[in-house]
Amino acid sequence: MKFGVVVFPGSNCDHDALYAIGSVLQKPVEFIWHQSQDLANSDAIILPGGFAYGDYLRTGAIARFSPVMKSVEKFANSGGMVLGICNGFQILLEAGLLPGAMMRNSGLRYICRHVHIRVEQIDTPFTNAAARRQILKIPIAHNDGNYSADESTLADLEKNRQIVFRYTTPDGRNDQAGNPNGSAHNIAGICNRERNVAGLMPHPERAVEAALSSADGLTVFQSMINALVGAARASA
Amino acid sequence: MATALTEIKVTPEIAAEHGLTAGEYARVREILGRDPNMTELGIFSVMWSEHCSYKSSKVHLQRLPTRGKLVVQGPGENAGVVDIGDDLVAAFKIESHNHPSYVEPFQGATTGVGGILRDIFTMGARPIAVLDSLRFGPITAGPGVSEQDAAANRRILDGVIRGVANYGNCFGVPTIGGEIGFEPCYSQNPLVNALALGIAHKDEIFLAKARGTGNPVIYVGAKTGRDGIHGASLLASAEFTEESQQKRPNVQVGDPFLEKLLLEACIEAMRTGAVVAIQDMGAAGLTCSTTEMASRGGTGIEIDLAKVPQRESGMTPYEIMLSESQERMLLVVERGREREVLDVFAKWGLDAVVVGDVTDDGMLCVKNHGKVAAQIPAHPLAEQGPVYRRPIGQPPLRHETEADWFAFAGEGVDLTSNFLQLLASPTIASKRWVTEQYDTMVRTNTLAGPEASDAAVVRLKDPRTGKVKRALALSTDGNGRWCALNPRVGAMHAVAEAARNVACSGARPMAATNCLNFGSPEKPEVMWQFSEAIDGLTVACTEFGTPITGGNVSFYNETLGKSIYPTPVIGILGILDDANQILKIAFREAGDIIVLLDGTSHETGRLPFPDVRQEFSSSEYSKTVAGIVAGEPPAIDLAAEKRLQELMVSLASESLLQSAHDLSDGGLCVTLAECLFLSTAKLGAQVDLEDHLSPEFALFGESGARVIVSIRPTLLGRVLEAAKNQGVAAGQIGKVIQTPTLRIKYKGSAVVDSSVEALQDVWSGALQRALKVPA
Repeated sequence: MKFGVVVFPGSNCDHDALYAIGSVLQKPVEFIWHQSQDLANSDAIILPGGFAYGDYLRTGAIARFSPVMKSVEKFANSGGMVLGICNGFQILLEAGLLPGAMMRNSGLRYICRHVHIRVEQIDTPFTNAAARRQILKIPIAHNDGNYSADESTLADLEKNRQIVFRYTTPDGRNDQAGNPNGSAHNIAGICNRERNVAGLMPHPERAVEAALSSADGLTVFQSMINALVGAARASA
Repeated sequence: MATALTEIKVTPEIAAEHGLTAGEYARVREILGRDPNMTELGIFSVMWSEHCSYKSSKVHLQRLPTRGKLVVQGPGENAGVVDIGDDLVAAFKIESHNHPSYVEPFQGATTGVGGILRDIFTMGARPIAVLDSLRFGPITAGPGVSEQDAAANRRILDGVIRGVANYGNCFGVPTIGGEIGFEPCYSQNPLVNALALGIAHKDEIFLAKARGTGNPVIYVGAKTGRDGIHGASLLASAEFTEESQQKRPNVQVGDPFLEKLLLEACIEAMRTGAVVAIQDMGAAGLTCSTTEMASRGGTGIEIDLAKVPQRESGMTPYEIMLSESQERMLLVVERGREREVLDVFAKWGLDAVVVGDVTDDGMLCVKNHGKVAAQIPAHPLAEQGPVYRRPIGQPPLRHETEADWFAFAGEGVDLTSNFLQLLASPTIASKRWVTEQYDTMVRTNTLAGPEASDAAVVRLKDPRTGKVKRALALSTDGNGRWCALNPRVGAMHAVAEAARNVACSGARPMAATNCLNFGSPEKPEVMWQFSEAIDGLTVACTEFGTPITGGNVSFYNETLGKSIYPTPVIGILGILDDANQILKIAFREAGDIIVLLDGTSHETGRLPFPDVRQEFSSSEYSKTVAGIVAGEPPAIDLAAEKRLQELMVSLASESLLQSAHDLSDGGLCVTLAECLFLSTAKLGAQVDLEDHLSPEFALFGESGARVIVSIRPTLLGRVLEAAKNQGVAAGQIGKVIQTPTLRIKYKGSAVVDSSVEALQDVWSGALQRALKVPA
């Protein structure tokens, strides 16, 4: 089992993802440079947070054309597990690996704080370690997290159970009061129909130890590990 | 025009327009042995500007304590460096960017953060935290403040906050602390002081000394443009007039993404072992970096400007040498190993060009297409500039009577509504609306970000194993109002409060950095304030064993002839030997005992003023409730502060405390309230106070050397004993209760009685309401 964390020149949560997987969960992980097309035999790919190429144009708009994304797209389309966190989520949207688009936060300001998200689906490789409707306390840190899509796309996401995480109040109510950025349907994270590609705005890699005020983010990475172990067993 | 400029014959009048006095111009001619050309004049004018040369402050700065067992690098380099054990060092420094932030708040603040980050990674240290100490004019209209002025101040605040956020967030360094204060004197002269902290292995520290004749000089990073020309000399070294908005072209523009590339590339290049010296191009750009590297190395540098990457065509040598375009670095590399270094920068997609080499003649030689454009001895240019012993004049003593002072309410008066007014004042109110715009968590080291502990605390991960044992704590402080009333005592309080904050996080204070914001040095009373403040800093830093390792001086903080309050801002760095022993502000459990620790033990007494109203009249409460700013700052007892710091560190190391929060702005009452507001457990507190001369003095007095701690009843005895041994008074004043109310009695009758929620609503929403932004 090996994780690969893609490093764009403006990635700044790459070290945090590496630390969460390598130091906290003690699993093999390495960086993959954005100009490389070689995914280094990774079994799961993480697109970390940051500002990939400065994001002066539109978040993730340039990153999708990078050499590494060609390989990531191929990997995803052949069933490989890909998780985009924050800027990584934005890049997956731009690359068309996930539907929808990201707009500026409704308050027009960058927001960094702990929020509560509810696990809506547990039959994904990113949430199999969670209990259904489990509330996770995980921080957000973004300017553009206002997820948007047309009505039919949103209806499809609901119907196909692709909404994986929703912002909620601390007690788990699906309510506008828990939504920090105005995202449609209180969406915090979604997956594709095949369920092997997911993106979320909150940062699970920032919630991996009690000293950081929450260890709830481990659920996401532990789920990925479970899925990889399961896949290895199935193929053995 | 481009060629004409170099051919203009320099006259004393042109030198005067460049800000050089007749005496300074004579010294230029003496050093050169001839008249300078325009480019040389430009170079002298920026190097000898107040901002770059410290010509008015130098004689005073020499008094500051800068040495210590743990100091690896004191003032004079890009940042101070201290030994933090385990083969690691910390580089840290605070710097001002006040004038640019008034002229163009967003870009001014953003490049302020960018500049201080470059200072840190230039030393080979990876930045791990930023703090910002900000001062603005009033953001609501009131007596003496028009709605128009308040609106202007809100606009400045918004731009500065966005600028600070933009740079740190994109760069990937957490902005974890600092302070924000409001006073009328900062209306047209906001203070933006940014502090950055980085860590490195002991043997990876780089200095800016050009060595080795024939070694190539490499220019790296952004292309040079016409932005920021004369930023240091015209913006930072002159006061503001009504035409200051016209100075907007002198402000630089920041690109945090480019700086992130520069950071990663520089650190990678340093690891090749081929880098001899490195300096960032900040104030005075290429001029300052070439001159200082040569001067420090005892060498010369020759560069050809034709090789410098340029953003615009037709730039003259004068413009290229004086540009303050951001995100640029200058490196000296071992001859023959250029390729290794250039390859690293190519990998990160950055311009990197050999623009010259180190020479042995001690000259700064600037060529343009092979033709000499400037030739100046580097050492005299850097080190033999003017030094002034400016006239010092103590302003006439203020003759105040009790009519000028705050009049205390009688006993038995309910002070709850005054307390609410205090909680709503922007200086006291929660700054969460601001700090949530900062990424406070990136790099997952933040153990205490804004409002969690008295100091900001980041843990240290072993770069190889990721294991965590220790943590660093940082706090900034500076009370301009107190310094205006008494600069010496005010400066001592700034050091004491910053050190107390660090100790209240459980960390041992170890070193300091300072940013000295003052008015015009050409005014004798400003130089008196400066000199007094330096003496105050010297005494306090010596007493606490926290040497000053660097910082900067910002003079000319005046608009239309009116100076700001003298505002020395101090940053103190401390270390926690065990990151798990961090102390936080919030109360934790009902039943815990609330104890007021007071370093000024009762025997020595704490009332040096014949009339306590004299001290109280300088408080935040007096200013907010009565509009009175008078009297003296609280008397300071440095030995008491030191005792208290030591006690806090020892109580933390034995894990005897549930929480700790020092008394500062707003006194005991605000401290208690914050302990409740920041608790997630929805607790209350019941406190009984005995005679303190007056209920208002007891509740809102701001005397130093005091901390509120909460303690499990089973551990109370051990804490009291430790306090006694340390000579610190420990008064059991109340306890944490389950009911979420704050109830304070004074001599048996209630003076504050309110639900915590009602108080918290005011405190947490006041800033947004004042700024007229959605909650």
